[in-house]
Amino acid sequence: MSEAKRHMGLKASRALSNTAIHALLIIMSVIWLIPFICIVLQSFRVESTGPVGYVVPHQWGVDNYTKLFQTDFPKWYMNTFIAALITAVLQTVIVLCMSYTLSRFRFKMRQPLMRFMLILGMFPGMLSMIILYRILKDLGLTQANAVPGLILVYIASSGMGYYVSKGFFDTIPMSLDEAARVDGATRAQILYKIILPLSKPIVIYTVLTAFMGPWGDYVFARYISFGTSSGMNVAVGLYNWLNKDQIANSYTMFCAGGVLVAVPVTVLFMCLQKYYVEGVTGGAVKG
Amino acid sequence: MAQISDLEFLRLSKAQKTGYKIRRFFTGIPKAIASFFLAVWHAIQKAGKAVGREISEIGTTFKEGDWKTKLSFLVMGFGSLARGQILRGILFLLFEIIFIGYMILSGGYWLSMLPSLGTQGPTKEYNALLDVTVTQYHDNSFQILLYGVLTIFFIVAFIYTWRVNIRQNRMAEKILATGKPLKSGKEDLHSLVDDQFHKTLMALPLTGILIFTVLPIFFMILVAFTNYDGTHNGYTNNLFTWVGLDNFNTLLSWDVTGGAGTQSYAATFGEVLLWTLIWAFFATFTNYFLGMFVAMAINKKGIRFKKGWRTILVLTIAIPQFISLLYVSKMFAKNGIINGFLMDMGWIKTALPFWEKPNWARITVILINIWIGIPYLMLITTGILMNIPADLYESARIDGANAWQQYRKITLPYMLFVTGPYLLTSFTGNMNNFNVIFLLTGGAPTNPAASSAAGAVGYTDLLITWLFKITTGAESQYYLASVIGILVFVVVALISLIVYNVMPSIKNEEDFR
Repeated sequence: MSEAKRHMGLKASRALSNTAIHALLIIMSVIWLIPFICIVLQSFRVESTGPVGYVVPHQWGVDNYTKLFQTDFPKWYMNTFIAALITAVLQTVIVLCMSYTLSRFRFKMRQPLMRFMLILGMFPGMLSMIILYRILKDLGLTQANAVPGLILVYIASSGMGYYVSKGFFDTIPMSLDEAARVDGATRAQILYKIILPLSKPIVIYTVLTAFMGPWGDYVFARYISFGTSSGMNVAVGLYNWLNKDQIANSYTMFCAGGVLVAVPVTVLFMCLQKYYVEGVTGGAVKG
Repeated sequence: MAQISDLEFLRLSKAQKTGYKIRRFFTGIPKAIASFFLAVWHAIQKAGKAVGREISEIGTTFKEGDWKTKLSFLVMGFGSLARGQILRGILFLLFEIIFIGYMILSGGYWLSMLPSLGTQGPTKEYNALLDVTVTQYHDNSFQILLYGVLTIFFIVAFIYTWRVNIRQNRMAEKILATGKPLKSGKEDLHSLVDDQFHKTLMALPLTGILIFTVLPIFFMILVAFTNYDGTHNGYTNNLFTWVGLDNFNTLLSWDVTGGAGTQSYAATFGEVLLWTLIWAFFATFTNYFLGMFVAMAINKKGIRFKKGWRTILVLTIAIPQFISLLYVSKMFAKNGIINGFLMDMGWIKTALPFWEKPNWARITVILINIWIGIPYLMLITTGILMNIPADLYESARIDGANAWQQYRKITLPYMLFVTGPYLLTSFTGNMNNFNVIFLLTGGAPTNPAASSAAGAVGYTDLLITWLFKITTGAESQYYLASVIGILVFVVVALISLIVYNVMPSIKNEEDFR
């Protein structure tokens, strides 16, 4: 085979494999998007309310959306929103405190503490729900008052999720701190004036993940609201609509509710996508 | 098995090398476990020595100290107050007063009740005045256990503070002996934002972890040794009490009669554990390799709209799982869209039993998990793949390596090296992947042999969803849930331990660093 011909062959095979990959990516995109397209389409279905074997509605309308407002859905939505917002703020503060400390300070208990938290993390978190439920019940923070209770549960142990942001802080050179120390800055000033301005990506990542956790949480919310509708979040409320005895009446409402829940968080996520990717990648590499 | 030298290893054939590595892995397991227990033993020895040292130091502090120090042994903070460190002294003294007050008012009661967890359950009493029978509640086992544990925590904290108080006296004496002044209260406060800043920063997070993670875990471990369940809730119906190792015996017994349904607890537990491990294995590695493949496909030279493909996949991360998973679960249902579509096309006559047959359900769950997982793995691996030095591929191509060889010899070792710890956490995370299983199947299809007791365990139930079902069912066997939780911990810890200990020997590919 002459050199030119071989080159042509390579080129042809590359073009062929690229076409195959393009085809594959198109198929994948379809598979990945179909459920979401279906859910949007079905939320506009008017002729029936149960699950059906076809996708495109025979009759279009926004009935499902207007019906949502006659249920407890707005209440659930507010619960979820408040819980997610407050959790996002407080959890970020706690996680940053913890990870900054473990990254920057060298104190006697540092290694044992990190090992201890690693071991704690191996216990299934679900296990502690039983007792947390009883404690919160004694404090009056369950059922109708579930939102403060939920926030407490979400943020209380968030110090254990320090890995990703600690990995980020580790990459900021210590010489910056030392230079500031020489100039007479206190440790607190170093954090506020030097480290935090440099940490915008990881702060945004932490806020984003801290917001999305409560936004989609099901199991803790179900425990703490314990069957009381006014204390539920969207996940628990919408889940109940798919129960055997309710699905025939509320399946399309579930779709409509799902769309309303998914849209804001998706928009937020798309805007902050860059930071999310950075955080996820960094977290995996550092373990 | 004897370890062979590097030179001998290189002489082996390819198959022998693989065999050697596999044998090394498995022969390494007992050693890893042994080294763990050895490490625990050393830690105990070290702790014993440290305690001895502390006690002797306390002794010398008392012997050599002046009267202020000696009085501090009884009245905490006295030394600090007498030496002019007012702030520290007041804090110590306040803590002691609170502690003693608490112990007298309630701590002593909880501690004294802890061995029995309460003696008198609720009673029915006739009230002559109102002519009704009312239920009188007495002891509360749950509170006794909870506050008993809290009291023990408090006592430990007190002993620690007392020790700090002693040490401060010793240090203050030493500093005064050199003629330097002690720190004032103002300086103490300032140090909280400076050289003691870490204490300020960690105070809140660690308190949260202590109360909302450590305390509940401690409590639930203790519950595994009681008979706390729906019919013994410790207050309104029956008290619960210590039962020793009975619950572990129940869960691990092959006795069919007392078991869950028509099969023994041990058989049920074994089945669920096996499926949990199989699930974790497939969920981790299918996602890992397919995600890597997708990332490589998008990264490939000549592929257009790279950003667009990534955005489409990332979009699916943003949508809360309870929506996407619940919806997908209904799509695969008997009357769902998938079956409807297939029947409309005339490809099948009757609906496919995606969720009805055990193995169908298991495979469907794994397939849908791929749908969930690929975007994450695509994101994670994209960045790492780009970090692989391009000249490695360049030289491999010059040497005539084809794409598969390049992947096998460069990409894969590099990826495994960099993401090794991630794979481990992902494996243990998948073992406890509540969301995917619970929202997709809820554990169904139910295992008829194990259905009656033990929370109606199903064929796709993981240990974690089983645990959840047990605590929410009518019988609410909390003690059984605790035992399962402890066993989950043991399994996860064991796997982590083995992998951590064995990984460095497998991971000899330091070439990349």
